[in-house]
Amino acid sequence: MPNVVTANRLLDGIVVYLAADGSWTEDIGCARLAETEEETKALEAEAAKAVAERLVVAVYPMAVVLRDGAVDPLSVRERIRAAHRTTLTKDWYDVPL
Amino acid sequence: MYRYDEFDHAFVHERVAQFREQVERRLLGKLTEDEFRPLRLRNGLYLQLHAYMLRIAIPYGVLSPRQLRQLAMIGRRWDRGYGHFTTRQNLQFNWVKLVDVPDILSALAEVEMHCIQTSGNCVRNVTADPFAGAAHDELEDPRPWCEILRQWSTLHPEFSWLPRKFKIAISGAAEDRAAIAFHDIGLKIVRGPDGKNGFRVFVGGGMGRTPYVGQEIRPFLAKEHLLSYIESILRVYNLHGRRDNLNKARIKILVNQLGIDKFRADVEADWEATRKDAIDLPQDERRRIMSYFAPPNLSPRPIRDDAVDQRRITDPVFANWLKHNVRPHQVPGYASVVISLKEPGRTPGDASSDQMDFAADLAERYSRNEARVNYTQNLILPHVARSDLVSVYEELKAEGLATGNYDLLGDMICCPGLDYCNLANARSIPIAKEIAKRFEDPARQELIGPLRLNMSGCINACGHHHSGNIGILGVDKKGTELYQISLGGSPKDDAAVGTIIGPGFRAEAVPQAIDTIISTYLANRNDGEDFLATWRRVGAAPFKEALYGVA
Repeated sequence: MPNVVTANRLLDGIVVYLAADGSWTEDIGCARLAETEEETKALEAEAAKAVAERLVVAVYPMAVVLRDGAVDPLSVRERIRAAHRTTLTKDWYDVPL
Repeated sequence: MYRYDEFDHAFVHERVAQFREQVERRLLGKLTEDEFRPLRLRNGLYLQLHAYMLRIAIPYGVLSPRQLRQLAMIGRRWDRGYGHFTTRQNLQFNWVKLVDVPDILSALAEVEMHCIQTSGNCVRNVTADPFAGAAHDELEDPRPWCEILRQWSTLHPEFSWLPRKFKIAISGAAEDRAAIAFHDIGLKIVRGPDGKNGFRVFVGGGMGRTPYVGQEIRPFLAKEHLLSYIESILRVYNLHGRRDNLNKARIKILVNQLGIDKFRADVEADWEATRKDAIDLPQDERRRIMSYFAPPNLSPRPIRDDAVDQRRITDPVFANWLKHNVRPHQVPGYASVVISLKEPGRTPGDASSDQMDFAADLAERYSRNEARVNYTQNLILPHVARSDLVSVYEELKAEGLATGNYDLLGDMICCPGLDYCNLANARSIPIAKEIAKRFEDPARQELIGPLRLNMSGCINACGHHHSGNIGILGVDKKGTELYQISLGGSPKDDAAVGTIIGPGFRAEAVPQAIDTIISTYLANRNDGEDFLATWRRVGAAPFKEALYGVA
């Protein structure tokens, strides 16, 4: 399973992901995927630098899968984080969030 | 209500300046996150799932219109236009930016508010009967004692690093509306053998992973000894409470491990040894604090009001609101009005900035400049003339705040859950909304009668699920949200921890399970029996059978 690295931005706490160009993005779809353990380690090393530079806090890698080309963060918790909002839909039963 | 003196103002402003500097140092890299975290937590600032969350203390749930308006302004200017009232009578903003927090704290200080000790292993916001100073069944107003404890516990040097957080609640009325049995220390004002009021003291209650009902440590404590006696309880806990295991560090574990008799003996021994040297509250200071809580000058008025009586007959929805959300007052011709934050379809306990402003207006015009928050996440106008009830109702109704469900099934306690909280394992808000939808019909809630339904999204039990007549606990089972249901809890004088009724339910099955439980209660109840009484008489068997098909 590929991994992405996620964190919260230091200044406002918003959920972000390490992107392919080395920036931090709010869009999980733009997150850089690490396919191997080495690649994940490289992402984490890059994230550690961002922590030292005070861009982000609370960094961790998480497993995702690709479904129809879209990144699915697997757990309910991570889907809620990736959505950047609370689940206010009335039809939440039917939406496997 | 209490007003800051020069010392209070200076102290709170100093704290704001201190935190402003700490944030600056964090942003300049002079503090790491590990160094900064305990500092921000001491100021009520958490990092949650989506953003920072700021928890603002509302001491014993009392708010002035000016304070409510300032909270509304903060919500609008620095958050997303709404806040969440909590089971500690506090307010949480869910989307604040770290860089804005010093300015928010400064805005709070302007209206005599702060976030000190809303987190951390210290004495937290002292809670109280939300009808304090108004309730018809009150022996004595607990608020001055809450204020005394607030001042005494703020930055108390001996008790700033307790093994774990510490919660105190005080009730001065016959009925317990502050859940004192579920607190580290619960105080009930009672009349003593000499005819003077004092405190009945309970210790070791709590929710969380290991729920306990508090036990009586002292049947009567004279008022003048309150601080020295509480110090002794805290000292014994501070010395002997476990610090090796977060889950076993609360005082309830110590009390139950030692046994209440041994714990009491230790406290009494400490008290005998230290009370002579302890600084009890000077009489002048006590009188000064008491004077802020003088009852508003309400002259008795006629108990009956023609407009109210007329409307009651012609409008069943008004009659329902009158019956449940209008509570008796100690002065004839007055009432306390509960503003329900539980309209079906809304997040329980949330209020928009506009609604806060609106409640402030009502408090100013109808309730002697006072509003309250209760631990079941509603707002209260404590002092309303009965002749104003129709007007108040009309205004509330226009704002969607006249739902007549106080202490009925729709008046659920619900924690933020996995929609917001970093600790949560499951969502609670959507479940609460679905249950509210299922039981939307006021006639059905009326038929069911008083019922406390409490829900938490994790074992930490911020949503008080253990004390719900029906309790729902969200857990994570292999990546799926699962909900355990417990029955028979009570937060009142007959406090009890609920019993888990059987295997948990998936989210979509929870409303039907609650429906089944309610139907079983209705089928089994005797005349006049509420849910709890029926549960206590018939036991778990009929409920298990209805839910799982086996007795």
